[in-house]
Amino acid sequence: MADRPLRIVIAKAGLDGHDRGAKVIARALRDAGMEVIYTGLFQTPEQIVQTAIQEDADGIGLSILSGAHMTLFPLVVEQLRSQDASDIVFFGGGTIPAEDARRLKELGVREIFTPGAPLQEIIDFVERECGKRRALAS
Amino acid sequence: MDVLREFEQHNPRALARAISRAEAGRGGELVRALYAKAGRATTVGLTGPPGVGKSTLASALVRDARARGKRVGVVSVDPSSPFSHGALLGDRIRLAEHFTDDAVFIRSMASRGHLGGLAGATADAVLLMDAFGFDLVLIETVGVGQSEVAIAELAQTTIVALQPGSGDSIQVLKAGIMEIADIFVVNKADHPMADQLRREIRSMMEMQHWSGWVPELVATQALEGKGIDELVAAIERHALYLNETGELERRRRDAFTHQVRQLALGRMERRLDRALEAQPRNGLDPYEAADRIVTELGLDG
Ligand code: B12
Ligand SMILES: Nc1nc2c(ncn2[C@@H]2O[C@H](COP(=O)(O)OP(=O)(O)OP(=O)(O)O)[C@@H](O)[C@H]2O)c(=O)[nH]1
Ligand SMILES: [Mg+2]
Repeated sequence: MADRPLRIVIAKAGLDGHDRGAKVIARALRDAGMEVIYTGLFQTPEQIVQTAIQEDADGIGLSILSGAHMTLFPLVVEQLRSQDASDIVFFGGGTIPAEDARRLKELGVREIFTPGAPLQEIIDFVERECGKRRALAS
Repeated sequence: MDVLREFEQHNPRALARAISRAEAGRGGELVRALYAKAGRATTVGLTGPPGVGKSTLASALVRDARARGKRVGVVSVDPSSPFSHGALLGDRIRLAEHFTDDAVFIRSMASRGHLGGLAGATADAVLLMDAFGFDLVLIETVGVGQSEVAIAELAQTTIVALQPGSGDSIQVLKAGIMEIADIFVVNKADHPMADQLRREIRSMMEMQHWSGWVPELVATQALEGKGIDELVAAIERHALYLNETGELERRRRDAFTHQVRQLALGRMERRLDRALEAQPRNGLDPYEAADRIVTELGLDG
């Protein structure tokens, strides 16, 4: 057991106003005992990564249902790299076709969850991957 | 990462890590090393019932300070769930315009069961931001009910924000948060009942005996940035008062004593808990049991 809860940033980027999924995920992670920092809508990749750095987050979960995932996910990966923060676990979800999800994972997104993904599966993933990162960092 | 070295080289990630260590109860070493660098920052607390606009006010105050070239740290505290121990930290949403300003550092903290409206490590987080070189540190408490007054022990200036047309705000006035306010803000002054709330605050203030500083009352519309100039002017007048009367030094000493007390108390509590666990002392009456354990631990007198 860690000496403090996992900290996760849940973010919405670009012009995407669909926030139901992001809020469902934020609440589920909170109820699983994590500290969830919600950025609100319409963030740029830079804003998201700066938030994660200042909040000393273990992970960033990005939600995209606007179709702009092939632009925004890679920009966040790029920001993380340029800020020397690629140790932060980056994952996400939304309406993302399987083929796109596969390519995003090749680019460095750790996992993509699509509509219907069971919450427990998401919680297990975050606990496992962010927990591993925490163990390395401290 | 060598947190101390990176901190001294001004790496914001090191500040972020340092605050996390303090939150985990492992901040002692860093605070010791950095303590001498702190003490320069102005600290302003923002408290008031849920949803009155504390975060929006914080954002407006950051905007003003940035326009004057000041570097600003913000600590926002939200409650942890007593059941899951998790937390949803949403104060940041209102501060989005400052996320990529590298002279602004925003940290959300969960209260982690700590009472009083702050988190156990808030004082350390403020000290670390101060030592990092921020000129102004804003502290937003959890949305308070009635007895969360810890902010007054920490901040140089405490702003109590209230909003018109809300029973919560009247409750807060009645419950004695009066005493901790250096400045009252009636936010959402665009609301039709704003004048009534101002009158109510004035009439509550008349029932109080004030010596020294008499709290100022400022009306704001934080979203529109209206009244922020007046609020900043009031904060500056209060700072001047603190300086000229020597009250600032007294508050610093009180804050120091308060933190020493908290730290020492935490350690004594852990000793007490261990002793109680080791020997439950059934069969004695509670007063006798307490007398004995206090004597055994050498804490009597
Ligand atoms: C509800 C809805 C709306 C609501 C949104 C309300 C709100 N505040 O969220 C309203 C009516 C406002 C709306 C508007 C629009 N919508 Co709409 N909307 C939907 C709809 C029907 C359901 C979305 C939803 O809330 N699902 C419920 C939540 C809980 O599920 P979820 O978000 O998918 O999340 C799950 C997973 O995806 C994943 N997940 C999601 N995010 C994250 C993040 C992390 C970190 C993790 C781990 C997992 C994860 O886990 C969740 C749980 O399983 C979808 C269709 C669909 N089937 O998805 C269209 C859909 C998303 N909308 C669409 C469109 C086009 C629009 C509009 C542009 C329509 C228009 N022309 O005006 C506008 C745009 C609004 C805007 N500003 O962005 C399209 C998007 C097409 C695309 N991707 O290219 C969709 C796919 C419909 C379609 N088939 O065309 N919409
Ligand atoms: N009408 C009006 N709304 C405002 C004003 N200031 C803030 N708000 C709105 O009030 C709501 C709450 O604002 P916040 O700044 O999040 O309030 P808070 O006190 O930080 O809330 P908690 O941290 O949840 O206790 C938001 O929807 C703001 O947009 C104002 O001057 N007028
Ligand atoms: Mg707030």
